[in-house]
Amino acid sequence: MMLLNVDPSLVDWSRAQFALTAMYHWIFVPVTLGILFIIAFMETIYVKTGDPEWKRTTKFWMKLFGINFAIGVATGIILEFEFGTNWSNYSWFVGDIFGAPLAIEGIMAFFMESTFIAVMFFGWNKVSKKFHLASTWLTAIGANLSALWILVANGWMQFPTGMYFNPDTARNEMVNFWDVFLSPVAVNKFLHTITSGYIVASLFVIGISSYFLLRGRESLLAKRSIIIASVFGLISSIAIILTGHGSAVQVAEKQPMKLAAMEGLYKGGTNAELMGFGIITPGKQAFDGKNDYVVKFGFKGMLSYLIAFNKDHYVPGVEDLINGVPEKGILPAQERIDKGKIAVSSLKAYKIAKKNGNTAEARKMLALFNENYKHFGYGFLDKPTDIIPNVQLVFYSFHAMVLLGTFFVFVFLAFFWFSFRNTIEKFRFRKLLYYIALLCIPLSFIASEAGWVVVEVGRQPWVVQDYMPVSAAVTDISSSSVQLTFFIFAVVFTALLIAEVSIMTRQIKIGPTKQEK
Amino acid sequence: MKLIRNIFRFYVDGFKNMPAWGRTAWAIIVLKGVIIFILIKFLLFPNFLKKNFETDEERSDYVLEQLTKKADNYDVTER
Repeated sequence: MMLLNVDPSLVDWSRAQFALTAMYHWIFVPVTLGILFIIAFMETIYVKTGDPEWKRTTKFWMKLFGINFAIGVATGIILEFEFGTNWSNYSWFVGDIFGAPLAIEGIMAFFMESTFIAVMFFGWNKVSKKFHLASTWLTAIGANLSALWILVANGWMQFPTGMYFNPDTARNEMVNFWDVFLSPVAVNKFLHTITSGYIVASLFVIGISSYFLLRGRESLLAKRSIIIASVFGLISSIAIILTGHGSAVQVAEKQPMKLAAMEGLYKGGTNAELMGFGIITPGKQAFDGKNDYVVKFGFKGMLSYLIAFNKDHYVPGVEDLINGVPEKGILPAQERIDKGKIAVSSLKAYKIAKKNGNTAEARKMLALFNENYKHFGYGFLDKPTDIIPNVQLVFYSFHAMVLLGTFFVFVFLAFFWFSFRNTIEKFRFRKLLYYIALLCIPLSFIASEAGWVVVEVGRQPWVVQDYMPVSAAVTDISSSSVQLTFFIFAVVFTALLIAEVSIMTRQIKIGPTKQEK
Repeated sequence: MKLIRNIFRFYVDGFKNMPAWGRTAWAIIVLKGVIIFILIKFLLFPNFLKKNFETDEERSDYVLEQLTKKADNYDVTER
């Protein structure tokens, strides 16, 4: 138990509830982010060519977007409720920085949803073709910009910057908006996340089109949709490789423990190995002397090279980050815990001195606090190994994401090749390809969720990197109330998911209707 | 005024001519809205600091107290 008087099960249930809500919310988001651009491309071709089949294709995918949007909308707002109830210390601590991006997101989402989406759905034959097309593009851009703000806020939690902690209010205050907004972590996170959504949406479109081809229906709509989605998916795959690399470089610099967990790297060094895949020794703990892996397949030196384009680049492992590597500027975790305790205690002493009117003592304590503030979060930890996340979960999630992402590139390439040459229906193993595409729909969601597991589990124990562990962020409330709402959410979200899948599959089976012509 | 009337009519016509799947989607949005904003927000998820404290100063003091609980075991005043 890291924070005195906090029930450890409260922390676990609060985390479980947040994870449940976030993961369900994320089921609906990626399709929305990506399919809108696919629809916008289709409608652009319709406006350019005047071909009514493109309009029919556009309207069919718009219908599926509408169902996904209707069921997914507002599921994210519950996360904000949880901040206020379960994570009040955190909400207060980050309030000014987290509040601004979330407020912008809320306003932007409201205006976008009430105007451009309405034109998209109600405006056919009521506004000009060009105005309708502009609304579709603006909806796509708006949805992605809406995602920008929450990802900026999340980026700040991974790499807090552009802020000043006010010891009188116990809040971080934004001193430089651009440092927060353009932080390299936030920029990479935004680009990596939205491109992952584009890939999910592309596979969604290809998978459903494959269903039509398997059934021998809607051949033209399916083939045209596959061309658009495979090109979009391929471009997005190239972008995600670049942004993934960018994110990994940022993680190496700002969250080295997360990188060590992603690679299952317990002992670091130069010429560090990039793990293609491996099985970590069951029950493996830092410093237990066991082999790191039962089996592994890696590329020697590649991790160092990818991070710094230099095989001699030093990459710390889990144990190095605990012990410290002074010559590389890495302090031992115990030293940071000691400095963190000084920061926490001097903050309390400052507050008492100020209350008692002892200005000299208050000034002295404030100086001591400021000197140690960058270690503040460590002051809540008991022992150095508390900074290790769940290595196995992070490692397997990361590798599942990467392997699936690589597999998707080949799927996009195959569909692009056959559909561009218009030979997909002559391909000998086309049925297998169609079934693979169908399978890729759930696989893409698994890859996308796994990415979030890497991001969020990998940064444990921190809710705000180095400044606040989850145990200090949680509200001191009864864990039974959190358990109750956990199960309520589990039921509500599962019902929504069932509704989504059943309505969606019914509409897919119906296919494009006459009204959509 | 005419513009406002046209916009209003645009929305009314849109809702009137909505296909069956659209009506189902709206039914889900409304039901979900009731569950999220009434049941979840007001009954199960009050804002802890807003509910229990009246001023920002009280909230600050409470959070500071929570964050510095552990400092009781660590004395820095002799430094």
